[in-house]
Amino acid sequence: MGFLKILFSNSRPIRKIGQFHASHITFFVFSSARLLSFPRFESTNILKQQSTKLAEIDDDCFLQVMDFPGGKVPITTQMKFIAESSEKRLPCYRVLDDDGYPIPGAIFEEASKELAVKMYSSMVTLQTMDTIFYEAQRQGRLSFYLTTAGEEAINIASAAALTLDDFVLPQYREVGVILWRGYPLQQVANQLFGNKFDFGKGRQMPCHHGSNELNYLTVSSPIATQIPQAAGIAYSLKMDGKEACAVTYFGDGSTSEGDFHAALNFAAVLDAPVVFICRNNGWAISTPINQQFRSDGIASKGQSYGIRSIRVDGNDALATYSAIRAAREMAIKEQKPILVEAMTYRVAHHSTSDDSTKYRPVEEIEHWKTAKSPISRFRKYLQINGWWSDENESELRGEIRKQVLQAIQAAEKVEKPSLTDLFTDVYDKMPSNLQEQVKFVKDAVKRSPKEYPSDVPI
Amino acid sequence: MAGIIGRTMATAKLSNLNKFLVGSRVSASRTYSSAAKEMTVRDALNSALDEEMSADPKVFVMGEEVGEYQGAYKITKGLLDKYGPERVLDTPITEAGFTGIGVGAAYYGLKPIIEFMTFNFSMQAIDHIINSAAKSNYMSAGQISVPIVFRGPNGAAAGVGAQHSQCYAAWYGACPGLKVLAPYSSEDARGLLKAAIRDPDPVVFLENELLYGESFPVSAEALDSSFSLPIGKAKAKREGKDVTITAFSKMVGYALKAAEILDKEGISAEVINLRSIRPLDRPAINASVRKTNRLVTVEEGFPQHGVGAEICASVVEESFEYLDAPVERITGADVPMPYAANLERLAVPQIEDIVRAAK
Repeated sequence: MGFLKILFSNSRPIRKIGQFHASHITFFVFSSARLLSFPRFESTNILKQQSTKLAEIDDDCFLQVMDFPGGKVPITTQMKFIAESSEKRLPCYRVLDDDGYPIPGAIFEEASKELAVKMYSSMVTLQTMDTIFYEAQRQGRLSFYLTTAGEEAINIASAAALTLDDFVLPQYREVGVILWRGYPLQQVANQLFGNKFDFGKGRQMPCHHGSNELNYLTVSSPIATQIPQAAGIAYSLKMDGKEACAVTYFGDGSTSEGDFHAALNFAAVLDAPVVFICRNNGWAISTPINQQFRSDGIASKGQSYGIRSIRVDGNDALATYSAIRAAREMAIKEQKPILVEAMTYRVAHHSTSDDSTKYRPVEEIEHWKTAKSPISRFRKYLQINGWWSDENESELRGEIRKQVLQAIQAAEKVEKPSLTDLFTDVYDKMPSNLQEQVKFVKDAVKRSPKEYPSDVPI
Repeated sequence: MAGIIGRTMATAKLSNLNKFLVGSRVSASRTYSSAAKEMTVRDALNSALDEEMSADPKVFVMGEEVGEYQGAYKITKGLLDKYGPERVLDTPITEAGFTGIGVGAAYYGLKPIIEFMTFNFSMQAIDHIINSAAKSNYMSAGQISVPIVFRGPNGAAAGVGAQHSQCYAAWYGACPGLKVLAPYSSEDARGLLKAAIRDPDPVVFLENELLYGESFPVSAEALDSSFSLPIGKAKAKREGKDVTITAFSKMVGYALKAAEILDKEGISAEVINLRSIRPLDRPAINASVRKTNRLVTVEEGFPQHGVGAEICASVVEESFEYLDAPVERITGADVPMPYAANLERLAVPQIEDIVRAAK
């Protein structure tokens, strides 16, 4: 038996400026004297967790424990590198099988007939709307569109599991969430056409929806920026003591951004009540996930940040609904972040600027579109319960189709935002230089009215 | 050879440390003995933060070393003790992370003050400053306001090399949606920081490390907790009639000294402390040039697309007939900041440069 060196930590709270001698410093610059100076902080949980973990260790290799900044660690004399991936991948939580039957023994949150039918109708609305708007872009009536094809269950089921107080920070493939919250179809069309009824006053590209009233942050194009912002909003909710959480969506590709890492790390450190929902749909435009990361998906990353996580079948509306309900409850009650990885497949092209048949086989797309469709799976579940019939189906689809077409026709005819709206909202109050410019432009229009476009009001 | 380098480096480091110690000692003694008369910029900023945090519970400070360490440059000294860890947050080393989080908090209604250890590090978070903060009010059509302040030391310090010495006034000043301020004196620091914190728009607040320890007289009015200075207004620090010299931050001090030298030679220089880079006080600058007919702009930053270039364009566009001579721009050298003390001195404007240009 060799001579064992056990390092003792300095357990006095140190308040000397410029020096870190406190024990249990985590591996950030974040000073952990806070953990020990009692009047300010209560999170000695880490200390308690470490000591209980030790009691459970009974592996032969672990002879003793050592103290290091961050806590006690068991030591081993066997030099073992942890494998880059575990033998078994993280299991995926699922409730309904491909034919819509609840799998025996499945644990899930029951949805009433009313809720289930509403969820299904919304999924159909989302799909119909997407198809028609996509076609409208192809016809040249819209400049751009991206669909949620294949991810309708993630959109609607997760939205159904939240309350209106929960603040949503979307990426761009979550229009179903704002629809569920009450954003009218007409408003979707208004935003796409950038007319004067658009909440965004025609300032954004299509699909960049947002609504203060519905607690849905305006979509922002740079990838993953919404993730640390979600931690910030969660922190605000925490400081307000609200019984609500921040919920943010992002794709598999977003997890490569630095913002993802910083946000998860920080949210865990801040104990922020945020639910991180990753839509792992297998593709980031043309980059498949095996070129995006080498980890076991995204759920496996949660533990690295100290975040509780789950992998769920994103094409199973009931499983997604149950998982998000549980995640939300934990985030709020325990005031900590939760990570949910929803597995799915991006059935459509990335957007109208993409042709995915160029980089993936058409058979693969077809397979996921038909055999694995989340909408047909949930419909089967409804039909098994006797809550839905073929008549309901054709009636609904016909009705929605009509509504969407009407919305497009109406939105197309509405005036665009006025010229003055070019200059407002840059700041809270319009500064003098912009006021001058408004006046200048209006004078110029008065002098040469023929050169001014007829469809832009002043 | 190595020995000589070692010695120069040691003395450089020592002199920085010395400066810091002298600064804090001086400020300590100053604030003790002459309470209302003089104040260092450091204390001015600290008192402004303290008062605004006390007045509005939504205001909070976030950044590296702002809490336990009392601030990398001691600007946030005492705030952690007074307001607790929920309002003074020490962050992990992730500018992108804490800037994003700060912007998120601002979206929801808190008023964060994000400290960058220097604005050089803000480049790691610049997407959040521009795309998430500056543009949000516009892109959301007024639905999302971002009442956030980004503050920290900007520009060259002493002997810190290229990656710690860049001036960001021109970069941030170009961006619609942001307000950019650059205080010089303690009164500027107090008044402008208070205005920035109260402002509903995102504000970039460019301080200067070498000014932190400098003491300035402050009026009784400036010491009042409701004091604030208007954003977008420059101040004529010295009246004159022969030439206008515009400057901001540390260069205001240099310009004033240059003006004294010029005065002895019979040239009366008007020195304008810009205070606000965006919005730029074009009326004040133009009015001054129309009076003196000559303009010298001074800044520490790089020459191309700098603040001086914008001022020059503004004056040429609006007061062309009044100019008796071409505008002279004094700027930092068009090179990344060298480290060696002699080279650094050559790369940054000196008082002689301003005097020479004015003549």
